Amino acid sequence: MSAPIELPRWADVALVPAVSVVAAFIVAGLVVVGIGENPLTVTRILVTGSIGSADAIGFTLYYATNFIFTGLAVAVAFHAGLFNIGGEGQATLAGIGVSLACLNLPFLPAPLLIVAGILAGAAFGAVWALIPGWLQATRGSHVVITTIMFNFIAATLVVYLLVNVMGRAGSMSPETAEFPAASHIPSAREVLGALGIAQPSTPLNLSLALALAAAFGVWLLIYRSRLGYAIRTVGASPGAAIYAGISPGRIVMVAMAISGALAGGLAVNELMGAQHRMVLGFTAGYGFVGIAVALMGRSHPAGIVLAALLFGALYQGGAELAFETPTITRDMVVVIGGVLILFAGALEGLFRRLVARTLTVAAPRRAREA
Amino acid sequence: MTPAIELVGIDKSFGAVHANRGVDLAVLPGSIHGIVGENGAGKSTLMSILYGFYEADAGEIRIGGKPVAIRSPADAIAHGIGMVHQHFMLVETLTVLENVILGAEGGTLLKAGAAKARAELTRLSDAYGLAIDPDALVSDLSVGLQQRVEILKALYRGADILILDEPTAVLTPPEADALFALLAQLKAQGRTVIFITHKLREIMAVTDRVSVMRRGEMVATLPTAETSPPALAELMVGRRVLLRVEKSPREPGEPVLEAIGIAVTDAKGVERLMDISLTVRAGEIVGIAGVAGNGQSELLEVLAGVIQPSHGAIRIAGELIPPHRRNPARLRELGLLHVPEDRLRMGLVPSFPAFESAALGFTGDPAFARPAPFGALFDRAAMVDHTRRLMDGFDVRPPDPWLRSSKFSGGNQQKLVLAREIERGPKVLLVGQPTRGVDIGAIEFIHRRLIALRDAGVGILLVSVELDEIMGLSDRILAMCGGRITGERRAEGTDAQDLGLLMGGVSEVAA
Repeated sequence: MSAPIELPRWADVALVPAVSVVAAFIVAGLVVVGIGENPLTVTRILVTGSIGSADAIGFTLYYATNFIFTGLAVAVAFHAGLFNIGGEGQATLAGIGVSLACLNLPFLPAPLLIVAGILAGAAFGAVWALIPGWLQATRGSHVVITTIMFNFIAATLVVYLLVNVMGRAGSMSPETAEFPAASHIPSAREVLGALGIAQPSTPLNLSLALALAAAFGVWLLIYRSRLGYAIRTVGASPGAAIYAGISPGRIVMVAMAISGALAGGLAVNELMGAQHRMVLGFTAGYGFVGIAVALMGRSHPAGIVLAALLFGALYQGGAELAFETPTITRDMVVVIGGVLILFAGALEGLFRRLVARTLTVAAPRRAREA
Repeated sequence: MTPAIELVGIDKSFGAVHANRGVDLAVLPGSIHGIVGENGAGKSTLMSILYGFYEADAGEIRIGGKPVAIRSPADAIAHGIGMVHQHFMLVETLTVLENVILGAEGGTLLKAGAAKARAELTRLSDAYGLAIDPDALVSDLSVGLQQRVEILKALYRGADILILDEPTAVLTPPEADALFALLAQLKAQGRTVIFITHKLREIMAVTDRVSVMRRGEMVATLPTAETSPPALAELMVGRRVLLRVEKSPREPGEPVLEAIGIAVTDAKGVERLMDISLTVRAGEIVGIAGVAGNGQSELLEVLAGVIQPSHGAIRIAGELIPPHRRNPARLRELGLLHVPEDRLRMGLVPSFPAFESAALGFTGDPAFARPAPFGALFDRAAMVDHTRRLMDGFDVRPPDPWLRSSKFSGGNQQKLVLAREIERGPKVLLVGQPTRGVDIGAIEFIHRRLIALRDAGVGILLVSVELDEIMGLSDRILAMCGGRITGERRAEGTDAQDLGLLMGGVSEVAA
């Protein structure tokens, strides 16, 4: 029977996440020591590898773009009280939508084709999330279960499609033909190059701007719009929603659809921005990491952007680390990411208590001194 | 005589809230000691410190004269303190016996402990005439019996000092009488009882001494025989309060709300309401008297459109409401507003700032929307202004529209919900438990507002488990039992005994 821990807003927003991240890095550092490496060296490689050069920053931001989309997807569902684990599957389906648009509408001029690709991706992702939402609303099937199952269905479906239907003719690899150039989202190199700023070639592209716009849009939606109010009411208090005349079932479906559409952004960045064709497994677990990003960002778009940057840096820096330090494999980097997720997400309550204690111990002392 | 329990200089703060300030309390052994105070006066905090849920920032607990450290409920139990919570801490799917030994199983295997416990349980229930079958499932027991299981649990763990937190809130009057008899028996055996309540009548009926708390401080401890309900109320609030509401007679007008043959079946197929017909006229308050759980909640919800009836019809201002319009949003447009029984689950969203809770159900109000083309976005300044006006009109404290709804006291939350509904100018107002968990000062205010609304010609349907409130406010009273209306009375032609019989299911055709 422990009372919920109340913290001042600044502590809730900044201090607790910061303490969690620091603790995560300390524990990760201990793991590094355990395998006989110097944590300071590792940290240096991690930092320079992620933000030490224009090249590194480009990759970091490119990964962060994916995490912003998937983090936002999880957050919107979460505001409606839903745990959407299906970002992977929704992004996969979005990839099919993106490919269909890009490959079948080559007559469109560049800007229109890009818009069509984005809309198709969002629509396919939305529909794929809407089905579990509809099942939850009408049949009471829990979205956690159904979205996980839909990930598997999507994964198998896309294998079938890439091998038998959409695959490049005469190719053994499960991928589509290259998208027409008009569907390529301009890369950072092209955009900044046009402005006279030289950039190395990285997968970073204008999808980042789309991701940031999506973050702003989600903020407007959730905190400033009537629909967002309804979503939050359903998530925070279904009883109050029914009392107010808001239909929880309808909101569940709407929130899931928006969530799936946001997950579709992952396909936009990966396929239209970076790879310019659809390949098998392009979602690469970004959908799942989005859960951690949303948790760490406390489901607020600003927090999600920051958490996405952190995870982007970890991805990029981790790749460098695995490359430079033979004892630290890719798997070790996953361990560090896992520790971060554990501390930022699951163990957040631990530090809330600690922070609350520290603050209450400090407060009366200040009061007595005053 | 050495006090059974002595609290000395107990101090406890939660952040900026100073919940207990230097509280002293001495409870004599073998006595029933009442603690009264408004919501938020610090009674629950004090008892939570005594039972080890919280640790005091300063102060000392003495048991039998010796200072003790109580850091957890386990410590409290070890010192012979037992607690019966307002919301029972029972596992419904287990039997009485299993619940009693839960946490005191006495070994890895249940069998030996259970046999010992069975004998002890039988002894205890014989000694106190509790008549409880140890093998009954808790979910099959009535609320009154579940409470006895809680008491047995505490006694089984060797409690000499029993804390009861608002024990009568869920009981019928006869069940409450049985509880009081049990308490008297415990006292006769030398055990000590601490009895927390906000019902002054109960304090007067059962306690030997009474302590009054106000704003975290202990303002008085008196022998019960030397005080009176008005005196206690004044101590609790810090000023004179009217315990009775003044209202002048008023001739009711046209029917504004009619229910005809309403029946409700819940998801499990249980009939919750059977053949309910009632009429509320303009300018009258119709009270529904009944023990909690006899269909009043369902009645309010079905009339408000929150749940759907399986049979029956509803008219508002004479107009028949077709099924597809029986949803809260549509009914609201017709002037039927609703102050729900459970403000934390329905009336507002605890995690929202006050100005968002103050828009619950009215988010479609064009005054809250930005001008086109941004009509889907809120004009938050307008919402905050609106909330500030509501707060001014209903004296909601603190008048801060940005404060999280859960941070207001129960009374202020209730005033906010009432303000939101009343300021929309209802034709019909459904009001559930308007003063549950509300302090005495706010009760007086809420009652006056409801009477003023009635005088202005609004039809009010009032559901409350507080019989005094029903009798004080209503013009007409319907008693409910087991999902049926068991009788109707004019307010001036009835009393608690009469209504108690109807509430107990002694049905009759004519009044």
